[in-house]
Amino acid sequence: MQTFFQQVINGLSLGSIYALLALGYTMVYGIIKLINFAHGDIYMLGAFWGYYSINTWHFSFIEALLSSMIVGAISGVVIEYFAYRPLRHAPRITALITAIGVSFLLENGMSYFFTSDTRDFPQIITQHNYNIGGVLISNIQILILVTACVLMILLQLIIKRTKMGKAMRAVSVDSDAAEMVGININRTISFTFALGSSLAGAAGVLIGLYYNSIDPLMGMTPGIKAFVAAVLGGIGSVPGASVGGFLIGILETLFQSIGLSAYKDAVVYGVLIIILLVLPAGIFGKNMKEKV
Amino acid sequence: MKKAVKKITYFASVAAIAVIFAGCSTATTSSKGNPVTDNTIKIGENMELSGAAGGYGNQMNQGIKMAVNEINQVGGVNVNGKKQKFKLIVRDNKTSTNTSASVATQLVNNDKVNAIVGTATTNAGTAQIPNITKAAVPAVSPSATDPNFTLQKNGKVQPYVFRACYQNNFQGGIGAKFTYNNLKARRVAILYDNSTDYGTGLEKAFKDTFKGKVVDTQGFTEGDKDFNAILTSFKNKKVDAIYVPGYYTEVGLIIKQARQAGINVPIIGTDGMADPKLAQIAGNQNSNKIYYTTPFSTKASESNPVAKKFMADYQKKYHTEAPTFSALAYDSVNMIKQAIEDEKSADSTKIAEGLSKIKNFDGVTGKITINKQHDPEKPIAIEQLTNGKVSNTYEIK
Amino acid sequence: MKINWKTNLAWLVIMVAGFYLMNTLILVGVINAFIENMLVMIGINIILATGLNLIIGFAGQFSLGHAGFMAIGAYATAIITSSVETPVGFYIALIVGIVLTIIVALIVGIPTLRLRGDYLAIATMGAAEIIRIIINNLKITGGAAGIFNIPALANWPTVYVMVCLTTIVILNFIRSQGGRAVKSVREDEIAAESVGINVFKWKLSAFVLGASTAAIAGSLRASYLQTISPNDFNIMASISVLIIVVLGGVGSITGTFVAAVVLGVIDTVLQNFGALRMVIYALALILIMVFKPSGLLGTWELSLAKIFNRKPKEVSE
Repeated sequence: MQTFFQQVINGLSLGSIYALLALGYTMVYGIIKLINFAHGDIYMLGAFWGYYSINTWHFSFIEALLSSMIVGAISGVVIEYFAYRPLRHAPRITALITAIGVSFLLENGMSYFFTSDTRDFPQIITQHNYNIGGVLISNIQILILVTACVLMILLQLIIKRTKMGKAMRAVSVDSDAAEMVGININRTISFTFALGSSLAGAAGVLIGLYYNSIDPLMGMTPGIKAFVAAVLGGIGSVPGASVGGFLIGILETLFQSIGLSAYKDAVVYGVLIIILLVLPAGIFGKNMKEKV
Repeated sequence: MKKAVKKITYFASVAAIAVIFAGCSTATTSSKGNPVTDNTIKIGENMELSGAAGGYGNQMNQGIKMAVNEINQVGGVNVNGKKQKFKLIVRDNKTSTNTSASVATQLVNNDKVNAIVGTATTNAGTAQIPNITKAAVPAVSPSATDPNFTLQKNGKVQPYVFRACYQNNFQGGIGAKFTYNNLKARRVAILYDNSTDYGTGLEKAFKDTFKGKVVDTQGFTEGDKDFNAILTSFKNKKVDAIYVPGYYTEVGLIIKQARQAGINVPIIGTDGMADPKLAQIAGNQNSNKIYYTTPFSTKASESNPVAKKFMADYQKKYHTEAPTFSALAYDSVNMIKQAIEDEKSADSTKIAEGLSKIKNFDGVTGKITINKQHDPEKPIAIEQLTNGKVSNTYEIK
Repeated sequence: MKINWKTNLAWLVIMVAGFYLMNTLILVGVINAFIENMLVMIGINIILATGLNLIIGFAGQFSLGHAGFMAIGAYATAIITSSVETPVGFYIALIVGIVLTIIVALIVGIPTLRLRGDYLAIATMGAAEIIRIIINNLKITGGAAGIFNIPALANWPTVYVMVCLTTIVILNFIRSQGGRAVKSVREDEIAAESVGINVFKWKLSAFVLGASTAAIAGSLRASYLQTISPNDFNIMASISVLIIVVLGGVGSITGTFVAAVVLGVIDTVLQNFGALRMVIYALALILIMVFKPSGLLGTWELSLAKIFNRKPKEVSE
């Protein structure tokens, strides 16, 4: 039983990381229907910003977290402006290739200019474990879990309660109609990118702190997993992304704990395919009725 | 009906072309050996500078550059009484097999190199073998560890393939014996890198040699960061030790997470984790009871003048402690230099001959003798980390 | 549709001429082993990308699982030719690979082709990853180390002939009745269904045909490079094929040829830039896409019939 709860904790903390990343994916997809392949790399940028700002300017944890969110937001907006905006009316698959190009550029540019070595993230918060009835949970795990939840709730509030959130929802349903009623499409899309990318930036610092190891290619695998999480939850849906992220984290943990570690990714994809077959738009996705 | 006839004629004509093509003799490209054309000896570097193994490839690149610079600073290699400089041609293979094959053909055919250093990984390395063999240019890999890497399918040695590192069976066997004899561990769990031949090969070699009980074997994928689930499952199995063949990037995290989960048994690994970054990633306070097999022991280097000089130079140039990969790459270049000096020629076929005859070569990673399988025979040591620092070195005979 | 013997003959002449041109260039020494290697890789990429273009460009199904099918062909060839080291063994392996791929493509396609757009993409990507992970954990496939010392049974003429053959088969399919059905499915599934086209059947047949060409490409690659490992068939491998298709123009086979050549040459030229190569490659990719969003050739198709007849009877899309 102790082991079981320990594995649940492991799964939740892994899942919260996927969930944080999946949120950015799902928001961008919701508004311009683009699989933003570069999202995982913004998370890498956030981690590197945290690394340099803490090491060079001795930022505290909060300062590093907030500043990396700003850096994430800025890079998201810049990428959108230069790489995706010119392709707003191009076929979607073209924009996807551009996103892949941006991802290659960030990964290889960082490797080229800052070397591809793995670095140890400065441990500004010393990790210690709490023992609750034999189940170990560390302060950083709690921190990640809490930050992830707070950010998710905040995001939900922004989308549901603010004017900008309303605009975002309008654009995602029908951008032409939204434009007609006076919504500034470009500004709304930029805002979405800023919001989604700032979450990735935050995730970068949190994960850097948690795992203590960052490198320029760190965004690749979690990026794809987070995308899978977003699709699983129903891409475009904020609660869906969180649920998808936690689900994948727990699934991976479960299969590793029963000794199928070699197949853990295969199982995740298998579950994804099965869920998509039963619910073609993911768990929380709206199934569009096709009009004739 | 008509349509079917049409289709049949169509395909028949296509098949006819195919037969014509297959029947006629076709040209093949070939060349034999690259002699020295002008006064420089060209060394090609086919290296993983980007892609999954980019981090390791860049460490090797540093070692190679250092070796070439050092050789050129003293005027070059002594070829039959005449000094000739090295010219290094660096090409990136993106950690991809087909790019590696292409890079190798470019190096041997267009750049006309006399020898190649590379690749870092076995997969990229095997992709270059057909091309370098055709061109008769030897290649020394600093870190391709698959036992069959230097062998042809029929078990004969590949004439132009060499390596500077241990092959898996040797290293895994040593690790297993050490775990059983010195650490007295009887129940061992293995957590290995399932996405590289390095991890899978060592896992197999360890299992084959280990006399105790392997209670659990679990794999991870390169780039994984979370090992808590696997470690938690190990915790209940009452293991005496954990064997972790993999690279320092992941093993560092395994050590950190194991210690934080309260697993304090010895962790034994391989030369892939012999890197100062290991303790940085794991955290010094977590790096206790860590053992790894390594050719390049910091302790042993104090008695080895070549290693001592290398360590000091590396520190001066890159402001960090030298990693094993840089040392292996540095040795690869110097083995080529030694072969040239021994054979008094820098023609590619002669270098290959010279490499196969290397005996008692003083390398950073110990005294190297190339055996019949083109594997280096050199001493192996096991280092122990305490609080992130090497506290003990076991010489294995 | 009358078969146009004049154009077909012209194509045949071009293909044979291309073959002899290449042969002569090698004999004269203009093409050395390095350029030959580049051309063979371009040829293999053409086979892969025409297959994927059939699925994406003509059937309108966004598949991201091409590497998985390629892996099956490659491993079938590697395993079989390692024990039967003859050209006959190679062709047997090729056929076994294709058959296996067709079976797997049916298993993957029948359930997933009901999905749409990006959902299909992620499902096929997942299927390809599952294939790769299984290969990575099997004994017969050599695990992560892969298989090396595969006998070299495919040389450039084999690849050349295969490029011609697969292109002919795919173009024939596109121009046949089935091809028109497939294109109608791409334009509007509901409309296609309402005029009596079995939407699912045509989607699936395009998917299976595209997948089987991937198996051919994988088989050639294994035999030509003489080494394969599971990592050669990861998500990035699927994506690089996708890049060729989109760069050339979705729905243009000519474009696929052009893009495969352009990318192959760029990639080779960039070898001179060391570690900077991927940075330049990424920038080039972004710039081409931003300034030429519909790909290099859009949906334009080179057609000899048009040139011969001046007034085209049927404008290919």
